[in-house]
Amino acid sequence: MVTEQPTESLAYSAPDRGQGKQITLAHGEGGRLMRRLISEEIVAALGNRYLASLGDAAVLPSIQGPLCFSTDSFVVTPLFFPGGDIGSLSVYGTVNDLAVAGARPRWISLGLILEEGLPIQTLRRVLASVAEAAERADVQVVTGDTKVVPRGAADGLFINTTGIGEQAAPVPPGPTSLKVGDELLVSGPIGRHGIAVLAARDELDFDPAPTSDSAPLVGAVAALRDAGIPLRAVRDATRGGVAAVLHEWAEASRLTLSVDEADLPVTPEVRGACELLGLDPLHVANEGTMVVAVPAGASSRALDVLRSVPQATGAARIGHVRERTLAGVVVRRALGREHPLDEPLGAPLPRIC
Amino acid sequence: MKYLDEYRDPAGCRRLAKEIRTTATRSWTIMEVCGGQTHGLLRHGIDRELDGVVRLIHGPGCPVCVTPLESIDFALDLARRQDVLLTSFGDMLRVPGSRQRLLEGRGETGNVGIVYSPLDAIRLAEEQPDRQIVFFAVGFETTAPATALAVRRAAELGLDNFSLLVAHVCVLPAMETLAANPNSSVQGFLAAGHVCTVTGHACYEEFVSRFRLPVVVTGFEPIDLLAGILQCVEQLERGEASVANCYGRSVRTDGNTHAVELMGEVYEVCDRPWRGFGVVPGGGLKLRPKYASFDATERFDFNSLPIVEPKECRSGEVLSGQIKPTDCECFGTRCTPESPMGAPMVSTEGACSAYYQYGAAESTALTEGAKS
Repeated sequence: MVTEQPTESLAYSAPDRGQGKQITLAHGEGGRLMRRLISEEIVAALGNRYLASLGDAAVLPSIQGPLCFSTDSFVVTPLFFPGGDIGSLSVYGTVNDLAVAGARPRWISLGLILEEGLPIQTLRRVLASVAEAAERADVQVVTGDTKVVPRGAADGLFINTTGIGEQAAPVPPGPTSLKVGDELLVSGPIGRHGIAVLAARDELDFDPAPTSDSAPLVGAVAALRDAGIPLRAVRDATRGGVAAVLHEWAEASRLTLSVDEADLPVTPEVRGACELLGLDPLHVANEGTMVVAVPAGASSRALDVLRSVPQATGAARIGHVRERTLAGVVVRRALGREHPLDEPLGAPLPRIC
Repeated sequence: MKYLDEYRDPAGCRRLAKEIRTTATRSWTIMEVCGGQTHGLLRHGIDRELDGVVRLIHGPGCPVCVTPLESIDFALDLARRQDVLLTSFGDMLRVPGSRQRLLEGRGETGNVGIVYSPLDAIRLAEEQPDRQIVFFAVGFETTAPATALAVRRAAELGLDNFSLLVAHVCVLPAMETLAANPNSSVQGFLAAGHVCTVTGHACYEEFVSRFRLPVVVTGFEPIDLLAGILQCVEQLERGEASVANCYGRSVRTDGNTHAVELMGEVYEVCDRPWRGFGVVPGGGLKLRPKYASFDATERFDFNSLPIVEPKECRSGEVLSGQIKPTDCECFGTRCTPESPMGAPMVSTEGACSAYYQYGAAESTALTEGAKS
C-alpha cells in the first residue's frame, strides 16, 4: 500500500534551506523564522504578484457580474493517499464547489494549521501539490495564513481554502427546478476517493490499490455550459457520496429520484472493496465527480460533451426523476426490484462476517 | 466481476424463482440462519418474490446481536481504563450496552480502536508495550480461527499486554435449541455458508437425523439463496430430510481442517448465554486452560451491575424467529439505526437493520424485468 506518512520524509535528506527539518512553534510566532517560512517556502511555491506583495489583504481587480464565494476545510488522514494528497484536495474541493455553482473560479486563499514537529519536507510536498493543482484548475492563491499549534493539537497539517469565482451564465437553477422525466448523470466512476482513503488509512492491502478521483471539475462544467446543454442542477458528490446529493435533491424537489444499480459506473477496485467491506458505492465519498440533472432527452448530448473532457470520460446516465412515491430516492437492484435508498448513517464500519 | 456477476444474473434468478413456485404445492417455512443471508434476501427482494410460496424466518446468525449485554458492559468498563486500548470489529462498537455504547466510550476516553483483523491488535500490542491491548472477540466459527491464531501468536511472542474478551458463539447448538422448541414452525434450514466454510457440513448429519429437518448449506448471492431455497423446497415436497451443499465453491464436506484444528487447540466448547435465547448448551467457546493467561476476564476485575434490557425491545423474539422485525411496535419509530434499542437494529447483519435499510415499510414491488 502506498501510504506515505509524514514521518517517512524525515529520512529524506532534503536540502536544508535554513528552516531546520521540522516545524517548530517558533515558525508561527511572527519572527524571522516565520517570515522565512512564508517567503522561502509558501510564496516561493505558489508565487504570483498578489501573494508576493505580502500585504495583509490581496487587492484584486474588479470582475463582471455576480461573485461566487465558498469555503472548505481539509483534515484528511493520511495526508498522502493514492491519487492525491491534502494539498491538491484543498484546491479542488473549493474550486469544485464554485464550479458546480456555475462559477469560473478565479482566486483562493490558503490557511495552514501546522502541527509542531511536521517535517518541513512534508510541507514542501503539500505546497508543491497546491501549486500544481491551482495551475491545473486555473486559479491563483492570492492570500493566506499560517499557524503552528503544539504537538498533539492537530494531526500533522490542516488546510482551509476559500475561493472567489465569477458566475457565468446560464447558471443551473438548482434542484427545486427538477421535473418529472429529467435524467440523472454522473461525471465518472463513483466512490473512488472514499475507498482510496479508507484503504490507505487502514492499510488494507488491496491490489491494485484504489485511487482517489480528486480532480477539478471546472473543465467539465464549462464544457456543458459552452455546448449549450440545458442544466437543471449540478453538485459535486463529496461526503455522503452520490446518495447524499440524491437525497438533497429529492427533498428540494419533492419528487422521486430513481437510479438503476446496473447503470452505476463503479471501478473493479471500488466494487471489490465495497463487496468485501459491506459498503454501498452510492454512499462513498468522491472528490472529482459530480451529479448532473438535465431535462428529458438531453442526456445523450450531455454525455457526449462530458466524455470529451479528460476528467469525465467515464460519465454515465444513472437514472431519472419521476412523480413522488413514498421514498425520495429509490434504487433498482439487479433482480429488477426497487428499494428505497437509505441515507448514510455516520462513518461506514466494516462488517465482520 | 468474477464470482459476483454470475451469481446475480437476473435471468438465472427468475428461472430459479419460477422453479421454486412450480415445485411448491404449499407454503413452506424456512429459516435462513445467517444475518448475511437475511440481508441478501431483502436487498434483492427475494422474500417478496417468493411471497405465498416460502415463508422466510430470519435466524440468530448475527454474532453481534447475540452477544450478551454483560460482555458489552465489561468491554465498556475496560475502555474506560486509562491503561487499556479495547479493540474490536467496527460493528461491535455501535452496539449499545446497558448504559452506553462503545463508540460513545471512544468519545469519552479515546480507548477504543477499530481493527480489521485480530492480528492488527497483536501488532498494536507489540508497538505499545506499556499499554494493555484487549481484543473483543465476537463472531461464529468464521472469525474464531483468526482470534485463535492471534492468541497463539501472542503466546509465541510472549506478549504480556495482550488479552482477549471472548464472546465467540457456535451456530449448530443454537439451531438445535430452535429445532427442539415445540413451538417452532421452522420446516427447513439454510445453513450459514461462511460458517460451513470453516466447519464443513458433515457435522449437520446428526442434527438432520435427530430432527428430520432438511439442512441446505447456502451462500449469500441471489443465485445461491434461490438455489438453496429450491433444494430445501424439493426435499420438503418429497418428504425427505438430508444435508445438501449448495455453496460448493466455498464449502467442503470437512471444511477447513487447518482452521478447525487451530480453533480446537486454543478454544474449548462451553455453555454460553445468547442475547434473546438464554443459555445455549455448548453454544460458546472459551480459552483452554493452557491459554487462560490471555483471558481478559482473568486479567481485569469487573463488577457487573444489574443488567436492564429495554422492556419494549422484542429483539429476543426477532432473533429466535418468532416475530418479524416489522411486528415490533418500536420498529422504525422509537427504534432506528440512529437510535437503536436492540442489537438487531445496530449491526449491519441484524434483521431489524436489514428491514429498515431495505425499506420494509415503503418499498414498492415492481413488475418483473430488469429495466425500464
